[in-house]
Amino acid sequence: MIDAPAIRTRELAKRYGSITALAGLTMTIPRGDIFGFLGPNGAGKTTAVKLLLGLTPPSSGEAEVLGAAIGDREALRRVGYLPELFRYQSWLTAREVLALHCELAGIDRAAWQREIADALAIIGLTDRGTGRIGTFSKGMQQRLGLGVALLGAPDLVILDEPTSALDPVGRHDVREIIRALGERGTTVFLNSHLLSEVEQVCHRVAIVDRGRVVAEGTLDELLGGDTVRIRASGLDRAAQTALSRFGQLDDEGEWLVIRGIDTERVPELVAEIVRLGGRVYAVEPRHESLEDRFLRLLGQPN
Amino acid sequence: MLALTIARLQLQELLRRRLFLVLLLLTIVVIALTTWGFSRIPSLGEGRGRPITTVEIAAIASQLLILVMFMFSFVLAFSAVFAASPAISSEVESGITLAMLARPITRLEYVVGKWLGLVATVLIYAVSAAAVQMVLVQIAVGYSAPHPIEFLGFVIGEAIVILTLSLLLSTRFAGMVGGVSGLILWGLAWMGGIVGSVGLVFDNATLTHVGTASKLILPTDGLWRGAVWSLEPASLIGAARAAGAAAAANPFFVADPPPPAYVVWCIIWIIGMLALAVWSFTRKEL
Repeated sequence: MIDAPAIRTRELAKRYGSITALAGLTMTIPRGDIFGFLGPNGAGKTTAVKLLLGLTPPSSGEAEVLGAAIGDREALRRVGYLPELFRYQSWLTAREVLALHCELAGIDRAAWQREIADALAIIGLTDRGTGRIGTFSKGMQQRLGLGVALLGAPDLVILDEPTSALDPVGRHDVREIIRALGERGTTVFLNSHLLSEVEQVCHRVAIVDRGRVVAEGTLDELLGGDTVRIRASGLDRAAQTALSRFGQLDDEGEWLVIRGIDTERVPELVAEIVRLGGRVYAVEPRHESLEDRFLRLLGQPN
Repeated sequence: MLALTIARLQLQELLRRRLFLVLLLLTIVVIALTTWGFSRIPSLGEGRGRPITTVEIAAIASQLLILVMFMFSFVLAFSAVFAASPAISSEVESGITLAMLARPITRLEYVVGKWLGLVATVLIYAVSAAAVQMVLVQIAVGYSAPHPIEFLGFVIGEAIVILTLSLLLSTRFAGMVGGVSGLILWGLAWMGGIVGSVGLVFDNATLTHVGTASKLILPTDGLWRGAVWSLEPASLIGAARAAGAAAAANPFFVADPPPPAYVVWCIIWIIGMLALAVWSFTRKEL
């Protein structure tokens, strides 16, 4: 099923005894999307990934990956996965790990050499191909894990916290790799708690908290324009109601916060406040970052 | 087919780790020392003034060989336990299984592959070490065990039994837990076998039943007894038979080989435990 979405879940849930790790995940990720799955630690992100890969069975709900049921062998052939916490066999060399995964993924043996060389080049480990994994740093292991996930040009690549062990250069490299995957039409499912990373590469984002998706959409939809903070006095409730045509209004005491406003309309807004009899002391327009939105959704103060 | 990939990987791991190298070096040292010991048997008669007879040499050599092979089977069983008990659990702990089992490989293939790799290691080590030891004894004192192939079969069977049990434990418990449990159970089965023999001597039905039950629940000792039998020359068995029931209490003497039905039971036991290991790991949440 070429036209089936890359991932589709309906009320997918996982409970461990009385603990709910994932409570009813419903989402659809179209082919070719770079999808960011965001949430604080313990929100259920890794559990969701393990359910999608058939590593753990769901307690309820259903899911399809590349149009097939969870754990389908043919579908798994076309999925690359970088786990969050893992180590490869310390006694194997990088090349041997890549060859092992070529074999497990059912890649044609004639293509192994090229696949391994390409993977090593992409992750910048070409000169360490014959090095034992036991001598690799955590960052190098993570790079290798990314290389393993890219073997055989999969249709879907699932990356669970791919940059957690990487330095800024490594993080930049990973972003470039993800962008390149996107250009090739590969669907990328990026699990992360690093908001800036997600903001820089993802087309669409879901924010998950305590096992539930609390927001989902494109970055534009999610961020919904800019925010302006205005310190003003002399505005009564009727005046405030009149201002709400500019955007979502929050009265934070001394400050008024208007969300979802186009910055082009800020002078118009100030003029309107003055016309309504208000006195303006300060105007602070700002672009709402994913972090602001994220913290707001999770109920944390900015 | 992917089971063979996992088996190859398991074998490769054991061969590359230092454990195997240490085991190999120690085995060579032990074989050298025991061969020297065997070569001294013909000189035992010098002290008493008349040369030792061929029958005496065979009797002493067979008893010594049984003791040496007991140590060998002990080392083999221990090594099998220590290789098998972390085989799956350590890969689960390190997250290796996350990366591997997200590939199109079933848990059945993974567990059976692990088992095949471990069995191959046992075969390589047991066949080469036992064969070298027996050939050297033959050269040193001219004694050869009456049933060497059966001996290998029983000793390897014993190792595969304890290995399969350890692999089952490895699907659920950390390597240390599985290793210690495996060894304790192996020791209990050995003791159970002796208790059963004592029961036979004193005609005590309860003790005999304990022995039989332990042989069925964990067939390591039952197979070890088959191994002992295959090392005994006919003259020894004849002499022990003449001595009556008292000989039965000796854990290093066995009058009869295990019946074929018991061997069949051991095979069923191994397949059953392996199936249980697959079932247990299939239900394991990673």
